[in-house]
Amino acid sequence: MQNAIETVWRRGTAHVDVPLLIAVMLLVIVGMVTLYSASNQSLDRLEGKLFNLGVAFAVMWIAANTPLSRVMRFALPAYATALVLLVAVALVGDVRNGARRWLDLGVISIQPSELMKIALPLALAWYFDRYESSLKLSNFAIATILFILPVGLIAKQPDLGTALLLSASGCYVLFLAGLSWKVIIGLGAAALAALPVLWSVMHDYQRMRVRILIDPAQDPLGAGYHTIQSTIAVGSGGWFGKGWLQGTQAHLDFLPERTTDFIFAVYSEEFGLVGNAILLVLFLLVIARGLVITVNAPTMFSRLVAGSITMTFFTYAFVNMGMVSGILPVVGVPLPLISYGGTALVSVFFGFGMLMSISTHRKLIRS
Amino acid sequence: MPQFIELKNLEGELAEFRRRTAFAAGFVLLLFGVLFGRFVYLQVMNHEYYYTQAEANRISLVPIVPNRGLIVDRNGIVLAHNFTAYTLEINPTQVGDLEATIDALSQLIEIAPKDRRRFKRLLDESRQLAAIPIRTRLSEDEIARFAANRYRFPGVDINARLFRRYPNGTLASHVVGYIGRINPKDMETLEENSLLSNYRGSEHIGKTGLEQMYERELHGTTGLEQVEVDSGGRAVRTLSRTPPVSGNNLQLHLDLRLQEAAEAAFGNRRGALVAIDPATGGVLAFVSKPGFDPNLFIDGIDPPTWNELNTHPDRPMVNRALSGQYPPGSTYKPFMALAGLELGKRTPQYSISDPGFFTLPGNSHHYRDWKPGGHGSVDMHRSLVISCDTYYYQLAFDLGIDAISTFMRQFGFGARTGLDLEGEAIGINPSQEWKQRRFRQKWYVGDTISIGIGQGYNVMSLMQLANATAIIANKGVVYRPHLVDQIQDATTRERRAVHAEALRTLDFKPENWALVQRAMVDVNMPGGTGHRAFADATYRVGGKTGTSQVIAIKQGQRYDAKRIDERHRDHALYIAYAPADNPKIALAVLVENAGGGGANAAPLARTVIDFYLLGRPIKPIDAEPIPGTAAAGEANAERD
Repeated sequence: MQNAIETVWRRGTAHVDVPLLIAVMLLVIVGMVTLYSASNQSLDRLEGKLFNLGVAFAVMWIAANTPLSRVMRFALPAYATALVLLVAVALVGDVRNGARRWLDLGVISIQPSELMKIALPLALAWYFDRYESSLKLSNFAIATILFILPVGLIAKQPDLGTALLLSASGCYVLFLAGLSWKVIIGLGAAALAALPVLWSVMHDYQRMRVRILIDPAQDPLGAGYHTIQSTIAVGSGGWFGKGWLQGTQAHLDFLPERTTDFIFAVYSEEFGLVGNAILLVLFLLVIARGLVITVNAPTMFSRLVAGSITMTFFTYAFVNMGMVSGILPVVGVPLPLISYGGTALVSVFFGFGMLMSISTHRKLIRS
Repeated sequence: MPQFIELKNLEGELAEFRRRTAFAAGFVLLLFGVLFGRFVYLQVMNHEYYYTQAEANRISLVPIVPNRGLIVDRNGIVLAHNFTAYTLEINPTQVGDLEATIDALSQLIEIAPKDRRRFKRLLDESRQLAAIPIRTRLSEDEIARFAANRYRFPGVDINARLFRRYPNGTLASHVVGYIGRINPKDMETLEENSLLSNYRGSEHIGKTGLEQMYERELHGTTGLEQVEVDSGGRAVRTLSRTPPVSGNNLQLHLDLRLQEAAEAAFGNRRGALVAIDPATGGVLAFVSKPGFDPNLFIDGIDPPTWNELNTHPDRPMVNRALSGQYPPGSTYKPFMALAGLELGKRTPQYSISDPGFFTLPGNSHHYRDWKPGGHGSVDMHRSLVISCDTYYYQLAFDLGIDAISTFMRQFGFGARTGLDLEGEAIGINPSQEWKQRRFRQKWYVGDTISIGIGQGYNVMSLMQLANATAIIANKGVVYRPHLVDQIQDATTRERRAVHAEALRTLDFKPENWALVQRAMVDVNMPGGTGHRAFADATYRVGGKTGTSQVIAIKQGQRYDAKRIDERHRDHALYIAYAPADNPKIALAVLVENAGGGGANAAPLARTVIDFYLLGRPIKPIDAEPIPGTAAAGEANAERD
């Protein structure tokens, strides 16, 4: 009996990466504490988040126990499906809040861009893995096309935030796959040169966001309001913050979307610079563990997937905190593990599950 | 070999991958470093600024308007008080389409076109971005209806506000005055006196009357509440509170019942009456008829009513007692008599033989006596009792204008009495110098003659005349007349008196006072011009009739009231004090275009004095007597 339990425990935890889990759990706790305050001490929100966490942990466990080679088989089909759905959205999608992002499948509505967020890095990693031994510049060109297509479709919806994050995750894969520095520098220069072109094709509200980023006071009650209020929240926190549940910006409704995209402002106001430093360290722990897993990953595919997951996680955290503290435009990006929101939480944990799978299955192979 | 190459290649690739991962780690550290730098910038370097911003966001200072002080008469009868009522208010800055909002509101709460007009006007002259009332005095039903629909109307709210109310309507309206909404001009004045901060939240300010004069006492000190507000501006909780200090109460010297009796005595005639307590200078009654309803002005009078009040031929907005200036007519004679005696130009015994007119030496112009054919032999006593004009023509001529002018200054003519109301007329106490200044003309001897009977350039306010009458009653003791007797601190209930001390005493010979006083008493005795009105009085009263000319009568023409436009008829005047040996009340009364003072003003004085001394119920006033039509009794026949 004792043995049986032990066996189940061993099997159940065999594919769990403990250092990663600890770092993630610490962030989750910070998130719960902040959410309680941000939601005006709503236990409902906390319960909701606990439920989401339950689902997310299950997804993570399943992903961790799935050998990556099996995932690899689904990489291309997933990508193809997501791309088809994106095209469908562009043609017959529902318009919500001025953007065509949703596809009504009769039973449920889905945002194919969410699926693409997972499918794109997998597909790119699969592609590089396949041509691993003979990577040429042309492979990179094809890979670029693979990710430009969905990015373009999503940007057209328009969902600039997702498009940029998606291209970031694509770029990470290209970079880690070994794209030559010369090309990177060349492309970087070209991208800079393309900025004016980008400006000209941007929607008015997108341009506005950029303008307001430069000077939020242009529209203090409109588009600049978010940035102004969140900056005030962060700045008024000071060294040690106003104390948990004491943030006036948050509790008096000055902060918009304070349980979701702007939750960091609540945290920052209540815990100050010291709290922010702790949060950055916790994020760094997760990222560091992810990069260690990346470096030690056994195959090209797993290396690229691990690297992309980790760096995308970092990008989300950076963009969100940058947006809240007023150095990046307001794009709808949640702070991973902290913000309230089920879909994002589940996909992040799915990523961690894959990281764990990469880390633990490698061990098993070696042993 | 190929396998080796591939392996080596693999090694190289792995090394390159590690380098790239390390590079990515560096990238992560760099960007997190940027973030951390930004946090330091916001939270350490600019913490102060953002903290202040957050506090400013959070804390709103809400002024608490103090209760305005009450105004009560000497017996505690309320003339002005406050009540709480609910108003529906719109904050224009928070409402996009005002018209649509008001339309929608009118589905719930009755909003009359008058309310809309007033709202529009208030909006135009609105000083701050403050809420503006669209409806006042909401009923319980209306409050409930709005409360249920409040969510539909951001920027619209119901507030409990204090309202001023003048329960007596037109009664004593020229004394109390009114408050009105603060306009840009008031703001300027407040700013000049650095009182603006005390008016945060105040919407009203005294505009006329005591409300204006004692604004500083009545207003009180505005309290302040620090409240935490959410982003919608709704108060969440109170952080600190400095309570307001209520304005001080005014207790008047005025006796409202006496005032009521006096106003009733006027009926619908125009005129003014000022009654003073000679012992203190306190004003007992202060009438200017017609009056107005001060309640109309509080929240902005609607334009048609305002126009009507201003263009009405009776000019109800003019304070006749204070800013109306009238020739004193024969009521001037007692003062002239005193001048003659004091300046040594007359002895009591000195008599003239009155032919019914006076002529200047070497001039044929007739200065007529009111009595054709004259009064015969007239000494000083008789000159007052029968109001002989010729006697005073001669006296004025003998005194000369500058002596008269200097003497009359002692009675306060040509200067403000210092009554505690704004807008007091100075009147004219003419002199050579005055005429030079005013008309750049030399003074003619002829100008002096009619001064002797209170005509010519001579004009004064009823306030001045009443005050001068009180000085005679006092035998020379001069007080500053005042409406407010005491100011009561609203919190400590302490009272402090308002200037009751004598300003100065006219150092005249007692026998001169006695002579004039005796003559004034005899005015109301058989044979005197005021006898009819005081025939059966149970007290002795000193008085003097007067008739003040509105238009000049040409040489050789007679005054005929019936042929003259009503507005050009003479004003009836009367001054009196009673009881004669221990005066408790001194008054001056004028009835506009009523004719002779003995018939038309003296009865009003009688009513007021009776009421004050005897508490006699108000006699119903007869229908308006038409001057000149009554039987030509001696009183009625009096003419200048």
